[in-house]
Amino acid sequence: MSHPEVIIVGGGPAGLSAAIELRKRGVERVTVMEREQHAGGIPRHTAHLGYGMRDMKRMMTGPKYAARLVKAAAHEGVSLRTGSTVFSLDDVHADAIVLATGVRERPRSARLVPGDRPAGVYTTGSLQQFVSLHHQRVGNRAVVVGAEHVSFSAVLTLAHAGCQVAAMVTPVACHQSYKLLAFSTAGRRRVPVRTGVDVAEIIGRSRVEAVVLTDGTRIECDTIVFTGNWIPDHELARSAGLPMLPVAKAPIVDAGLHTERRGVFAIGNLVHPAETADVCALDGRHVASSVLDFLTTGRWPERIWPITVDDPVSWATFDSRGITLRVQDVVTGQLRLTHSGEIQWISPERTWMPNRSITIRHDEMKTTARPFTDHRIHVDLIR
Amino acid sequence: MDTFDVGVVGAGVVGAAAARELTRAGWRVVLLEAKVDVGAGTSKANTAILHTGFDAAPGSVESRLVARGYRLLREYAPTAGISVETTGALLVAWDDEQAASLPALAEKAAANDYPLVEVVDGDTVRDLEPHVGPGVTGGMLVPDEHIIDPWSTPIAFATDAVANGCTLLTDFRVAGVEIGDDTTLLTADDGRMIRTRFVVNAAGLHGDELHRRMGFDGFTIRPRRGELIVFDKLARPLLQRTLLPVPTSHTKGVLVAPTVFGNVMLGPTADDIDDKAATGSTRTGLDALLAKGRRIVPALLDEEVTAVYAGLRAATEHSDYQLSAHPSARYVCLGGIRSTGLTSSMALAEEAVTLLTTAGLEAAAPVAEWRTIRLTSLGEAVPRPYQLGGQIVCHCERVTKDEITAAVSAPVPARDLDGVRRRTRALAGRCQGFYCSAEVCALAAAGSGRPMQTWMGVE
Repeated sequence: MSHPEVIIVGGGPAGLSAAIELRKRGVERVTVMEREQHAGGIPRHTAHLGYGMRDMKRMMTGPKYAARLVKAAAHEGVSLRTGSTVFSLDDVHADAIVLATGVRERPRSARLVPGDRPAGVYTTGSLQQFVSLHHQRVGNRAVVVGAEHVSFSAVLTLAHAGCQVAAMVTPVACHQSYKLLAFSTAGRRRVPVRTGVDVAEIIGRSRVEAVVLTDGTRIECDTIVFTGNWIPDHELARSAGLPMLPVAKAPIVDAGLHTERRGVFAIGNLVHPAETADVCALDGRHVASSVLDFLTTGRWPERIWPITVDDPVSWATFDSRGITLRVQDVVTGQLRLTHSGEIQWISPERTWMPNRSITIRHDEMKTTARPFTDHRIHVDLIR
Repeated sequence: MDTFDVGVVGAGVVGAAAARELTRAGWRVVLLEAKVDVGAGTSKANTAILHTGFDAAPGSVESRLVARGYRLLREYAPTAGISVETTGALLVAWDDEQAASLPALAEKAAANDYPLVEVVDGDTVRDLEPHVGPGVTGGMLVPDEHIIDPWSTPIAFATDAVANGCTLLTDFRVAGVEIGDDTTLLTADDGRMIRTRFVVNAAGLHGDELHRRMGFDGFTIRPRRGELIVFDKLARPLLQRTLLPVPTSHTKGVLVAPTVFGNVMLGPTADDIDDKAATGSTRTGLDALLAKGRRIVPALLDEEVTAVYAGLRAATEHSDYQLSAHPSARYVCLGGIRSTGLTSSMALAEEAVTLLTTAGLEAAAPVAEWRTIRLTSLGEAVPRPYQLGGQIVCHCERVTKDEITAAVSAPVPARDLDGVRRRTRALAGRCQGFYCSAEVCALAAAGSGRPMQTWMGVE
């Protein structure tokens, strides 16, 4: 195989970073297929700081970060094909394929929120495109559903668009972001965070008029933003028959980010819904080693095993740093990783947050047999 | 002021079909719609089944018109770009009593001139549809039930009518009716007026109000709300055909059906309510649907929900359609038409011609050179524009830029995002606009010359 070709599906931080790394490490033909007209992914329209720390070692805005990745890809000779949708993996002819199709927020319908169907209902993704890419006003008074990192990003966007935030609403007992981020966005603007309640109903025949919460409170507003509650954009992976991790609904990968299908890798938020852009970028760099190894040796794992979990751990998966997991509620206890019944890692007792990234780094694990390649790896919580 | 021969009130699937047929008959027709778009009321939120009418009440007007409408629409659909797929249906019985009632239903089907149903046992049901839940006691196959694109149907009728000379006025909410000696004056709530010799009532949910304004009585509409859940396209392999429950007198019950767009639909509920605008969904309704869905096709519940709708059927105190001709007021009523209206629409349009003649409208010379406008098909069974290389804007539903532009500049153009959705499928997919709503709005604004803020519903 003198001139192997790698095709990467998805031109966000993960896909672009994989492409850049593969080119740097000598792969001749690296193509990124991006279905949008511009590469860069979600950061293209998150017009605030918070990007690039882990991979570029400096803080910048989303659009600037996206632009830098695109520029670096061009500089390294990556073939960037925008406006190109991959409908089926059977149509892709390459020596290796890297899936980096990303993640989206569950919209109102997928959350089965009842009520009227008026205009003025957004996800953070759609809101930020209206505001950042098209410079539109959205409304005067919003309710933000969710209180995780992205929810505070939505608060910033709304403020930028001149829309007051009436409240943030989360069914969890507390917000799930950094204190500093919550304060600098919502706290500073005196946005109340309503915890322990959810949206019960949307009111408004043509335009949003109010939301009713599960405790019966009615909040007048003309805009609602559903934030977080991520689901991978996994259609391509699923239709290719890749097995999915329950709850996360992400393709199952091993520590090398191989999938069950020979020659197909999966990276970024397709695998872990959702981490920050720089973590996705690190996945991209990490997968390059596995891709190169496969291109050189043709070796592929015999089977890819999921990491099993017990409640209240909702899912756990490998990523570039080690193992990433989520818990489903605010829980206190020691998180524990076992392999074949033997404890590989155990945390001190503490409180764990849902919707918040929890990472076990490779070098924190005991065993010398890393990475694990069988079905005996398990994560649970000791209360 | 011009005088029309016929004013059709209501541009749902029935009114639009009537306007098309009356235009074809050579009359000067005006089609009046209270909403901003055609097909934007009851017609947009139904179960999208093209019924054989096997389970109608034999001898009823509905039975006759469903059977006739089924044939007419099947013939018309391919010429107009309305997607139709032959999936067949399978009535599923969940206990011995339901299974025991199947032979009687088969006899009823034969009485409705549809003898091709076949009663099968529980094992056969499981062979045919391996994903149905446990506890099936029997079934009945209805091979000729079809699924149809319910969005394009009224739009195709209205487009045909307009292309052949019919006048369409949207945002025209009839507020005043003055019946004169030779003509009737219809006034909209914004003051616009039209003069017409004859009036056809196809006002759907508001049909009873118009009927009284015209000076008649005899039926009252009590909306019957139907909530529907649309599941992700990844659920589509879970079933081959429409799975129907054994019907009751009140409703056809909750079905699980494939859609021509490649999704799976679960619904509808049937709640009698008082508010003719209450098209919202409810916690109770959605929970009830999920419980039914879990029983019918358990694996369906593992899939993501793409959309939730609620539609209102124009139910009355009568079980049959309320059709009548009134020579004294030069008036025809097409009232009390429930979920079968999509199937029967073209037969109802023929009926409107007959009833108008009864009401005293003299025949005209049919249009000599009739133009049928072919819409871009929205179904999955035929090639779509993206497959011919168009630039995709809506990725979930694979809708191209040109389709959005066409939708807002068509002869019967989309006036809001819902109209764009019903003409193109844009925004109807699993992300519900996470990726593309801003771009779709921008394209709609550019194509229509109306500001983006209007399309967003901000102003």
